[in-house]
Amino acid sequence: MFDDGISRSLRGLVAAVAVAAATLVPALAQAQGKEQYFGIPSYRVGPFAAGGTGFFGGIIDYLQYVNMKEGGVNGVQMVWAECETEYNAARGVECYQRLLKKGDLQMHIFEPLATPIAYGVLNRVDDDKVVLTQYGYGRSDAADGRVFPWVFSTMTSYWSQASAILNWISTKEGGIDKMKGKKIAHLHLDSAFGREPLPVLRRLAKDWGFELIEIPVAAPGIEQQAQWLRIRQERADWVISWGFGAGMNSTAINSAARINFPREKMVGVWWAGSEEDVLPAGDAAKGYFAAANVPSGKQFPLVQDIEKVVYGAGKGNLSDPKRIGNIYWNRGVTAGIFWVEAVRNGQRIANKRGQMLNGDEMRLGFEALNLTPARLKELGIEGMLPSFKLSCADHEGAGVVKIIQWDGAKWNSVTPDWVSSDRKMIREMVEESAAKYAAEQKITPRKC
Amino acid sequence: MFYREAGQFRTSYGQDGQIFPLRQDRWAMLALLAAAVLVVPMVASDYWLRALLIPWLIFSLVALGQNILTGYAGQLSLGSAGFMAVGAFACYNFMLRVDGMPFLVALVLSGLCAAAVGMAFGLPSLRIRGLYLAVATLAAQFFIVWALDKFGWFKNNDPSGVITAQPIVILGMGFNTPQEKYLLVLGIVVVLALLAKNMARGATGRAWMAVRDMDVAAEVMGLPLMRTKLQAFAISSFYCGVGGALFAFAYLGTVEPSAFTIDMSFRILFMIIIGGVGTILGSFLGAGFILLLPIFLSVLFHAVAGKTVDASITSAVELIVFGALIIVFLIVEPHGLARLWQLTKERLRLWPFPH
Repeated sequence: MFDDGISRSLRGLVAAVAVAAATLVPALAQAQGKEQYFGIPSYRVGPFAAGGTGFFGGIIDYLQYVNMKEGGVNGVQMVWAECETEYNAARGVECYQRLLKKGDLQMHIFEPLATPIAYGVLNRVDDDKVVLTQYGYGRSDAADGRVFPWVFSTMTSYWSQASAILNWISTKEGGIDKMKGKKIAHLHLDSAFGREPLPVLRRLAKDWGFELIEIPVAAPGIEQQAQWLRIRQERADWVISWGFGAGMNSTAINSAARINFPREKMVGVWWAGSEEDVLPAGDAAKGYFAAANVPSGKQFPLVQDIEKVVYGAGKGNLSDPKRIGNIYWNRGVTAGIFWVEAVRNGQRIANKRGQMLNGDEMRLGFEALNLTPARLKELGIEGMLPSFKLSCADHEGAGVVKIIQWDGAKWNSVTPDWVSSDRKMIREMVEESAAKYAAEQKITPRKC
Repeated sequence: MFYREAGQFRTSYGQDGQIFPLRQDRWAMLALLAAAVLVVPMVASDYWLRALLIPWLIFSLVALGQNILTGYAGQLSLGSAGFMAVGAFACYNFMLRVDGMPFLVALVLSGLCAAAVGMAFGLPSLRIRGLYLAVATLAAQFFIVWALDKFGWFKNNDPSGVITAQPIVILGMGFNTPQEKYLLVLGIVVVLALLAKNMARGATGRAWMAVRDMDVAAEVMGLPLMRTKLQAFAISSFYCGVGGALFAFAYLGTVEPSAFTIDMSFRILFMIIIGGVGTILGSFLGAGFILLLPIFLSVLFHAVAGKTVDASITSAVELIVFGALIIVFLIVEPHGLARLWQLTKERLRLWPFPH
């Protein structure tokens, strides 16, 4: 009886020590040397988990890769903490606040990969000196860096994407003059995300003379019968599928198959163009197009090297290494590249080689992002990202997409070059919208 | 021991009608409020204020509104997030379109807007009850969000379809820091909670409860059913509307209509079920449980498991544990956390001599 008590309390002690050790060991390992800290607001549960695990896994794998391969950036180790947002605005805001400080370390870049969360923290980042990088989503007018110094719509915003998709459709149809009288259905999730490209589409419909049919789908988008009935009745020539989540996107493809709408006349937004979106639709997805900010595949030297270095050492973040090279993961890797390039630039600009950066320096570093063709080659990502640079006024940079097609097993790029948007028109709209926002919020745009 | 009531006599009607008849309760409440006003803003970090306390207070207010309607007046409603949306967008538009509109006035007006909408959607309650009414109020939820989504005017034609709350300025003083926003929200919640408590224990609340317990009997006793039910809808929606406006202005800043989903309405309903149907305290406890417990679990799991366990697994385990805890609490005390507290208090009053 007495012995029992002792052994029980001993066992408790051992367990307590083990838990304490488990929490202390990583802390100690991190305590040596200089570190640049990142917050990772991932979503690994819920309907969008497939995208979340891939994207944030990609970021973590790249940071890990930089640490393992080069010992960090000029000796500064990349460290990070993760927080589960469930793709929910309130949880995302909580994560933002939680990740903001970790001991003495401060978070300087926030990439939630979720429009609601980006909006939830939009008004906080200025005060906290955090760079909000909406990588291919969120407010399109954040491209105007004069009004949004801390917010970026990096690489390609929704507006640019919509314009680029239509540019590509017009080349398929044989020129802009052939677009007159065509019917293009914009099948979209009935949310701010789904309506974001509408100003661009409506304007081009007017300019080019095609008919735009706006067809909203109520969230979560797995009920689309009425919508496809309408597409059939209207005899749409093209369907732009502005969906989100594997459920909605595979439903769209299956519904198209059911009414025999050619999949070769459907173009998905990049959220509707990952492996996870088309696989559930099976053979029905063959021939389906999507716009991609980053193509899929393992053909890029960097991807192969990450697989060798990080996954070879058993330190990869994906629980299923077969997903290496998938759209979401590749995209995560490129997001990681942006971060690390920002750290490199920041260290150079602030003359703090091998030291930690603060929020202002990180912002300057991100704004100085310049991916020249030579730099892309150096990084081993030729063809994975377009060559582009950001500036004080231009927080978008590229405004291009690649069009990819699903062949039943994998995504293939059908446009080897990047398809550009109408940069001038988009910029005009961006400046107009940003000016309105500035007036409403009483912001004085900074000079560039 | 803790509750020595000996010597506390009530010698006037005023004393008899106090919210807290026991001296200990009064002191405890005053101490709690003093701590919330004086100590918390000094001690709490930005994380605590901006990520936990402000949303908790706001959702407590909304749960209070839901509790007035569902808990006291017995009208099952699933439209609370919709009424919050009305409040948020009304407040934004009042601030935008009326020059020099004081924030507090806009807040009250947005609450009144929500009350008007709530009364309109409360009309079916005169003919239908229970689950059927819940389905009818579900229409409010969908219709409001759809209308805000559909018509650009509500959002000042923002291309992204979102509103960005204007800065809060009251009598020339800006409420920008988390501490200031917290105190503002706290003040509003305390005032409205006090009002709710007094309504609930006065003639208004008695009328609601009579209708809840048996509306035919209430009518026979001379209570006007229509007025009582619509009054409950109006007051409840007012609370939700003010909560929604605070949600947009003091918490998120930028909001899209689809932030006020049916999911949120369900959460608010769960708050009062877990917290305690027909109690004021239960609204606060329930909001804390539904809102803060998952966060607490997530922090705990990250601290314990850290990087040793796959983050996908910890995220899933959090959800499982949270779900299990809901079931446990409902089995232990189906009447909610407030009832649990009440029982504890009764035991404390007798302790240590229960007989």
